[in-house]
Amino acid sequence: MFKSHGLSIFAVVIAAFISLPVIIIASYLVKADGALWQHLFDTVLNEYLVNSLLLLLGVGAGVLLLGVPTAWLTSMCSFPGRRWFSWALLLPLAVPAYIIAYTYAGLLDFAGPVQTWIREFTGLSYGDYWFFEIRSLGGAITMLSLVLYPYVYLMARAAFLEQSVSSIEVGCSLGYSRWRAIWSLALPMARPAIIAGLSLALMETLADYGTVQYYGVSTFTTGIFRTFYGFGDAAAAAQLAASLLAFVILLVLLERYSRRQARYHSAAESRARADLIPLVGSKAIMAVAICLVPLILGFIIPATQLLLWALFEAEPLGWDFVVLAWNSFSLAFLAAIITVLLAIILSYAKRTKPIKPINTAITMAGFGYALPGTIIAIGILIPLAWADHKLMALFEYMSWDSPGLLLSGSLVALLFAYTVRFLAVALGSVQSGLEKIKPSLDHAGGSMGHNPLAILRKIHVPLMRGSILTAVLIVFVDVLKELPATLILRPFNFNTMAVRAYELASDERLVDAAPASIMIVIVGLIPVLMLHASITRRRPHLHEKF
Amino acid sequence: MVPMNLIKNFILSAVAASLFTVTIVQSAEVVNVYSARKEALIKPLLDEFSATTGIKVNLITGKADALLKRLQVEGSATPADLFITVDAGRLHRAKEAGVLKPISLPALNKRIPLALRDSENYWYGLTLRARPIIYAKDRVTPDELSTYEALAGNQWNGRICLRSSQSVYNQSLVAATIDAIGSEATQDWIKGMVNNLARAPSGGDTDQLKAVAAGVCDVTIANTYYLARQIKSSKPTEQAMASKLAVFWPNQLGQGKAGRGAHFNVSGAGFTKYGKHPKQAKMLLEYLASAPAQAWYANINNEHPVVTGVKISQTLKGFGSYKMDPIDLQILGQNNRQAVQLMDRAGWR
Repeated sequence: MFKSHGLSIFAVVIAAFISLPVIIIASYLVKADGALWQHLFDTVLNEYLVNSLLLLLGVGAGVLLLGVPTAWLTSMCSFPGRRWFSWALLLPLAVPAYIIAYTYAGLLDFAGPVQTWIREFTGLSYGDYWFFEIRSLGGAITMLSLVLYPYVYLMARAAFLEQSVSSIEVGCSLGYSRWRAIWSLALPMARPAIIAGLSLALMETLADYGTVQYYGVSTFTTGIFRTFYGFGDAAAAAQLAASLLAFVILLVLLERYSRRQARYHSAAESRARADLIPLVGSKAIMAVAICLVPLILGFIIPATQLLLWALFEAEPLGWDFVVLAWNSFSLAFLAAIITVLLAIILSYAKRTKPIKPINTAITMAGFGYALPGTIIAIGILIPLAWADHKLMALFEYMSWDSPGLLLSGSLVALLFAYTVRFLAVALGSVQSGLEKIKPSLDHAGGSMGHNPLAILRKIHVPLMRGSILTAVLIVFVDVLKELPATLILRPFNFNTMAVRAYELASDERLVDAAPASIMIVIVGLIPVLMLHASITRRRPHLHEKF
Repeated sequence: MVPMNLIKNFILSAVAASLFTVTIVQSAEVVNVYSARKEALIKPLLDEFSATTGIKVNLITGKADALLKRLQVEGSATPADLFITVDAGRLHRAKEAGVLKPISLPALNKRIPLALRDSENYWYGLTLRARPIIYAKDRVTPDELSTYEALAGNQWNGRICLRSSQSVYNQSLVAATIDAIGSEATQDWIKGMVNNLARAPSGGDTDQLKAVAAGVCDVTIANTYYLARQIKSSKPTEQAMASKLAVFWPNQLGQGKAGRGAHFNVSGAGFTKYGKHPKQAKMLLEYLASAPAQAWYANINNEHPVVTGVKISQTLKGFGSYKMDPIDLQILGQNNRQAVQLMDRAGWR
């Protein structure tokens, strides 16, 4: 019993440590500057709120529409190309939101090739014809939906794969129509997974700055940056960010509510699977079309455009690209391992002792996912620089050489930032993996005299290898794409591919940013493909059949 | 899964790499730079400096306010010696925040006009960035244009493109205008201009130039080096676009404030208060103001040099000569907050 107690305390300490930057940001709320808030309230706050809400609603609807039907089709139905689609639909995950935004703007705005061609072909000039204005709220919703739907797809598909077609058949035999059966049986059973994916996509949306800023949409997040850069007021920016947390708490409550009392252990570890629902004729064509849309818009078009720019128009790559790629890759790998290890410890502590302090601490540790990276970075700089000052004082007292900024000036700060920012992603995957393991296994392990850590190592980790791998790979891709925190916290002479792409793009050299951008996509593809392999390997019986 | 020992080796080497990053900053002949200037627009000069002096330059690039925050939080422990920004307002902000220290460089005081550096030697301007009106040659004649203020007039309804007010370049333009004509008149001017917009602000300066060339609008306000880059581009589409555009230098004629001159800003550098390598930092700053470095700025990024007598490119010459607003640049920093408030009130997104 003592051991389990120790684990609980350890988990709370870790969670508190990870929550520290968020707590520091929230603590700015007590130092509010009345005059500035009055100004924001009188002028722009309303627009920020309305736009942020519309963005959330739009992206929410978008990722559900793109993610759930595709997950259903690839896991429950058989149609031409199903196996191929099942992994290809993950590809947009590798494309950073700000890069897809730059790419589509270059392609579709008035000066881009598409509209120029329309004008040349028809002889019309700007304003004589209607064309979708890509730089708009609608444009931003489309871009974010296209790259964020894989979160929903991934989680929903995993959930659907665990259901058996037979439950649908049972529903049908009881007089449900097939659609009714899907609606009232399959979807509710997959709901926790779908909501988990949705809340990840929405938190990512809240934290997005690059896309909305480039498309000229004023949201809460662009407001934070305006306050920071325009007013030069980091404190007020932090206060705005702290109020952003209100949205996050709302999202977390939503997720909680949707799970309520339900427990979702799978009934049997390996279950014979009924045949997939065969789709033929027009239905098969429809299924292919539904899967093609997100794939073409979210990956094929932007990746092709980037590749064309990179190959034919951009300045050629220098050798330093190898260094950039290595920096990005190693950082992402390291961050993924650390983050997932912590997520396992926290989730497991929660499982062994689901008491309030642990639950609260873990929930708070996940908040970082919805805060913009820049704000997280400030919340990290403050405590690390403080610790560095103490360390330097200690070294001086011992008459040792000054160590310099050992924490805030090194990769430690970056790794800390990634952990804070992406722990929620890892937690989501690991927790859902743990939930599927029946508690009776824990009791069995306990009765054999194993302590909790041994049970974790010997029973849980092997059983949820798939969930762990999923967590590692998603965090890896997320870190690879991460920009704002990297920009602020990186040490001297250290650049990543995302930083390089950003610097060129923000210098308004979109085409020259393409080689770095396409490299991010390519390196990001590796884990996405591994992710697919791992999901398939978990269900060999599926593989054999198709 | 990946073999465990591979992961172990990997982690060890990464940890070693991170330690290495810290130690290189410690060696003697170095200078550490925090720069809001993008790597591509400063690294070649720093490499040249290292090659001639043997002093290693360590660089972190980022957004000015974020780097400033880093300087503030690091306090006396900061490794940075030199803080480079692309806007006088941010240099002023750094001075106010107490992270810079004044160092007088007599050689530079002689070569850089007082208007382009801090009167108390907290920072020096390194390049000059003019922000005139740019118009479509086929739809606007120069005699229709006069001042920035005149862009609020009815004749421009639906004909103006502007970048977002998030842009520091627009913020400093408004800050300078507040100084020239007062905050009330500035508020009216912004409101008029925002009413005249052809579309909601989005994208950067280059996007505004493209919009004017494509016929979305007829005039915009943009930094000249973006236009120069398009003119010098090797791509036919960019050249074709640039050939439709021309520069108009506003506020050149007239009495008093109406004839104050075109708005400009500087990129510049200041010494950090707690820098550990002041000697090397001074050498670097002097190098950045030297004739070869100044010529590099003018020819590679098409910015105007701050020192006189440096040869500039034909493209820059082609924009014509103009009168500059003789504003004390620190006012850009002082008025920045108010500028953003006015822009918020006028609905300039």
